Amino acid sequence: MYNPTVARLTYRALLGRRRAAILFVLPALLIVIAAAVRGFNGVDDQVASDVLGGFALATMVPLIGVIAGTGAIGPEIDDGSIVYLLSKPVKRSTIIFTKLIVAIAVTMAFSAIPTFIAGYILNGNGQQIAIAYTVAALVASIAYSALFLLLGTVSRHAVVIGLVYALVWETLFGSLVAGARTLSVQQWSLALAQKIGDGTTITSDVGLPLAVVLLVGVSVVATWYAGQKLRTLTLAGEE
Amino acid sequence: MTTINIEHTSRWFGNVVAVNDVTMTVGPGVTGLLGPNGAGKSTLINMMAGFLAPSTGTVTLDGEQIWRNESVYRQIGIVPERESMYDFLTGLDFVVANAELHGLGAKAARAALATVEMEYAQDRKIATYSKGMRQRVKMASALVHDPSVLLLDEPFNGMDPRQRMQLMDLLRRMGATGRTVLFSSHILEEVEQLASHIEVIVAGRHAASGDFRKIRRLMTDRPHRYLVRSSDDRALAAALIADPSTAGIEVDIAEGALRIQAVDFGRFTELLPRVAREHSIRLLAVSPSDESLESVFSYLVAA
Repeated sequence: MYNPTVARLTYRALLGRRRAAILFVLPALLIVIAAAVRGFNGVDDQVASDVLGGFALATMVPLIGVIAGTGAIGPEIDDGSIVYLLSKPVKRSTIIFTKLIVAIAVTMAFSAIPTFIAGYILNGNGQQIAIAYTVAALVASIAYSALFLLLGTVSRHAVVIGLVYALVWETLFGSLVAGARTLSVQQWSLALAQKIGDGTTITSDVGLPLAVVLLVGVSVVATWYAGQKLRTLTLAGEE
Repeated sequence: MTTINIEHTSRWFGNVVAVNDVTMTVGPGVTGLLGPNGAGKSTLINMMAGFLAPSTGTVTLDGEQIWRNESVYRQIGIVPERESMYDFLTGLDFVVANAELHGLGAKAARAALATVEMEYAQDRKIATYSKGMRQRVKMASALVHDPSVLLLDEPFNGMDPRQRMQLMDLLRRMGATGRTVLFSSHILEEVEQLASHIEVIVAGRHAASGDFRKIRRLMTDRPHRYLVRSSDDRALAAALIADPSTAGIEVDIAEGALRIQAVDFGRFTELLPRVAREHSIRLLAVSPSDESLESVFSYLVAA
């Protein structure tokens, strides 16, 4: 299922691109914000939760998910270099699964770790807030990676669509329209955070059982479908 | 002995028919797929390479369907036309990765790089390579598992004459050892120099098939049109029309020239200067008016 060569190529492609700069900039920004808030405001559980929920989980995690998820396969399909993977006796589902693992690892590394550090800076993990948001970031990383990896296989405009989803749907609609929140990776992962935290500073609109079902379901279905798309991916010639 | 069989295969994209009911067999030796740009050569190669499903018909490798069958890549090596590779890797890293995907190691990669004489630059990033160097590294990646079938899409594009000769040598050697080598090109001379067998594709249709002498004859035997200016157009016209190698002559008064249609190419090229000399007519200009490759090909389709 997992092919180390495909993984190595994907890591190098992901981290070697200019786009990868965002992977470093966003976490750095989060930590700077956390340090500034702590410096000006002192320790405040509600503020810590607002920063982690409002910036880390609502904006940073989906953006990093977009970069890692679409970047793990999109550019290769765009420029045609995926030919070198497809012309090998390697199962297409193995290629997708490996790329998913890489995208998840990168998203987790660049979102969950800084979230934990920022949480510690903000209130020293009081009320388990740092841990709660770190777990939420870890779980959201999986779902976002699967979704955006699928997006990378079906559309040439994966990054744009991904950004629209991450910024408009998750951030804007999610805060305005109640129904949109049920279909939001952010809310699903918040349900887990709520369970871990004290249940008052962190709240989710989705119940935990439904959230878990949706997280697992979306990740599995997206990955399966991406594998199907890759099996029938046609590399149109230049004619 | 590995054979690719294409049977009554068509491929269309929306309303556009790229390949139209083609049937051909590609066997051991070097086969050239000849046709003008946009004729459907790449579409056909992509179907043989398993990157494109035929809309109708079948494409098989020794009886096994190629589309959606990853196991055929144990036998097929592919050199795509597109330039993009993993530019951030060195040549060696790239070929090693290709070897690993076949379950092979660095040894096979080094051997393939030696075959294409790229060892001297194998530690440089692919991004720094020239077009010819890229082409050779692509070749190495296709050869790494010693495939019995090699498919190359326009492999000579952008190569300088020396690189072209080297690659031709390499493909000839591969063909001589019983491998099935198929390459596409829109340049007749290229195909003629290398391929023992030629398949001609024009506008998605299989226009001709055979050895290069047969194709060459088909191409030179077609009616040729010439635009001729001379010191006495009418006298020249009268003398030429008497010979069976000429099918028709028009005196183009506006142009001040003769439009001649010749049916026997060899005989006409010998006849024209002789007639002019005998009648003391000076030839001022002789130019073929339909020598574009497209017209040559479209004649083949009609034939």
